[in-house]
Amino acid sequence: MIQNLNFNKYYKLFNIISVVLVILSIISILFKGLNYGVDFKGGTLIELRINDNQTTISNLRSAFNNMNLGDVAIKNFGNDNDYLIKFVKKDRDKNLIQNIKKDLQSSIGPVFEFRRVESVGPKVSAELLNKGLIAIAASLGAMLFYIWIRFEWQFSLGAIIALFHDVILTIGIFSLFNIEINLSIVAALLTIVGYSMNDTVVIFDRVRENLKKHISIKIFELTNISINETLSRTIITSATTLLALLSIFIFGGEILKGFSLAMILGVIFGTYSSIYIANPTLVYLKVSYKTVVKEDK
Amino acid sequence: MLKFSKINILITTLLSIIVIFFTISNFTEFEDEFVNKKINLGLDLQGGSYLLLKIDNDPVIIKELQNKAISLKNVLKENNISVLNIRVTDDKKILLSINKKDVDKLNQLFNDKNGIVNPYFDQFKSFQFEIANQEGNFEIFFSKYGLIQLKTSSLDQAIEIVRRRVDEVGTNEPNILKRGNDRILVELPGLDDPMRIKNLLGKTANLSFRFVTQTNEETFGSEELEFEDGSEVANVSKRIIVSGENLIDAQPRMDNQTNETVVTFDFDRVGAKRFGRATTKGIGKRLAIVLDGKVISAPVIQEAIVAGSGQISGDFTFQSATDLALLLRSGALPAPLEIIEERTVGPGLGQDSIKSGLSALLIGFILVITFMLIKYRVFGIIANATLILNLFFLVGILTLFEATLTLPGIAGIILTVGMAVDANVLIFERIKEEIKNEKNQIIAFDAGYNKSRNAVLDANITTLIAAIILFFLGSGPIKGFAVTLGIGIFTTLFSVYFIARLFTSIYVIRNKNKDQLI
Repeated sequence: MIQNLNFNKYYKLFNIISVVLVILSIISILFKGLNYGVDFKGGTLIELRINDNQTTISNLRSAFNNMNLGDVAIKNFGNDNDYLIKFVKKDRDKNLIQNIKKDLQSSIGPVFEFRRVESVGPKVSAELLNKGLIAIAASLGAMLFYIWIRFEWQFSLGAIIALFHDVILTIGIFSLFNIEINLSIVAALLTIVGYSMNDTVVIFDRVRENLKKHISIKIFELTNISINETLSRTIITSATTLLALLSIFIFGGEILKGFSLAMILGVIFGTYSSIYIANPTLVYLKVSYKTVVKEDK
Repeated sequence: MLKFSKINILITTLLSIIVIFFTISNFTEFEDEFVNKKINLGLDLQGGSYLLLKIDNDPVIIKELQNKAISLKNVLKENNISVLNIRVTDDKKILLSINKKDVDKLNQLFNDKNGIVNPYFDQFKSFQFEIANQEGNFEIFFSKYGLIQLKTSSLDQAIEIVRRRVDEVGTNEPNILKRGNDRILVELPGLDDPMRIKNLLGKTANLSFRFVTQTNEETFGSEELEFEDGSEVANVSKRIIVSGENLIDAQPRMDNQTNETVVTFDFDRVGAKRFGRATTKGIGKRLAIVLDGKVISAPVIQEAIVAGSGQISGDFTFQSATDLALLLRSGALPAPLEIIEERTVGPGLGQDSIKSGLSALLIGFILVITFMLIKYRVFGIIANATLILNLFFLVGILTLFEATLTLPGIAGIILTVGMAVDANVLIFERIKEEIKNEKNQIIAFDAGYNKSRNAVLDANITTLIAAIILFFLGSGPIKGFAVTLGIGIFTTLFSVYFIARLFTSIYVIRNKNKDQLI
């Protein structure tokens, strides 16, 4: 079932939209900032389960505010009885968690359970952030290298622009909606980089093949033919990947929510950018039969 | 090309049986060590505690410099160099002043590669200390490699003590590893409240027995130390009679006469001798038992203790006496440890994570195979059979290597399910195109496989690159994700080119005269 849709008619339109979205994302990242979790900001996170129906979030708030922990953020986590409590305390007392448990027992009674405690010192969090940034940079670099040895530079440029587009938009949405960024989001971003590249490369492979096959067809048309020829694969793979991710998002529990959301966004952006960012770049760079043949010799 | 050799089929079948066996091995018990393999559950799935400890080496450096200063004084005396002034500063330097005429002599001592004053490390091509000289005023400090060597040895000592303490508490299969040159990672599976371990690891456990004195009575000097319970401040001599190093055993006991919990201890021979001598001379004096700069108790010596054993009392509960005895038995840390990262998951959350992870896997799997079945019919069945075998390969290999499965690791498996069909889809779509121009089904299928190979490899290599980078830069749970994603790529490629292709070729060869196979 080879379609014949005119994707190339909308290259310009979607390019303008993408540029606007990327700019908006960067503005949001720069001015609104990112909501770093304890992994990157340091501090303490407690996942708490309440085992009775009397204790409310305001009970918890007042209990924690009396403990002199600084700014304490408390929110529901998944269901009504689970809460996520986060704070950054400067002086790190090694009995901190134990003291909180004691204080909480006396204020709301022994009706709670600590399901998870994460405490990250300032030095470690700075290192983790640094490592995360290095990982993203390294993966972009590795992709650049891979595509550079596999394809001509015009293709590399198109793929890399598409990658940056996907990563920036995903981070932008996390910034805009204030969604927490932690280590698993970095893992998701790296996987997005891999997926986006994968999607682009499949279409590029076809463009390359078609350049040699149809010498007289202009690149503008040729990208469209290639997109159409690979379209059903693009749709099916995106669909099965999204089905798997939606399953993680809905059934995989609260801890994987951020990760699967980032991946879902990434797959959508990655699929879109392969068609509307990577391919138009080839057109703007006036790729032709000669580009491919010259390199082959 | 669609034909397979018999050996090829045999090997593929054999491998499939092996991975299916190992997958099942997770749910059964075998007598034999080799086949009784299981996937390890990460701390986030089985519950447990992850602690990252950092050694604060500054006290060690200062202590080493003080020792150096003392030995330096002796060496200079032997060489007839008179010392005008020598002291250790807080910024980790020895300041030494000598007469200008001796400067060359001292420099010679310091730059002697075979000398003992400033040891030379051949492997690093560096001295232990660096010196800066300004007209007879020397600054002596650790060189880069001197520091590395010091940190390494203090890490080695510390990890040994940490191991002893953790082992004594008796947790289930702890994992204790070096991280960098001043960190120790402690993983404690199944431990949902690391309070006790944290307390035990947070103590240096430097024990010393010293006399309580009047100010300036002693030539060694004295210091004011607080009591552990804050009840009193005592003036304690800096001269150590016996230290914890001379202890060979310590146990919590119930004192039958006073009904108090105490800690009894035994000295080695050297310790017993010193302790005996001191208590003989010091009858009537108070003997302070000092732990990490705080006085636990300071009883008055009633009689000489020459048997080499004694007991410490001091308002202990049975738990605190047990912990103190444990600390004394395991020995002192070379330097204080600070907990710089802690992650603890309770068993309840771990169970829930397994449950939700597995249901997401099951549902995702059903969604994907249903989709493929509707889209490709017969070839959907082939793709799905391949996918199922692919999962067996993935889980089987994880079991064979006894890899650690984490929650993100399960997410990696689900993602593999979603992305693994991509290779088959690429191939099937290509075959569909080829069939348009080629009447012979077998040739069309063959061409489909060949012409799609580049795209399939490219697509998988890009994901593999991401997985490899994650593996090297990620930690704990994230590493688990990288492992399943990475292994998933290999099993996908194998199952597509060896299993799916086999099924496809059998089907095509049997039905080669039918129209529209795909």
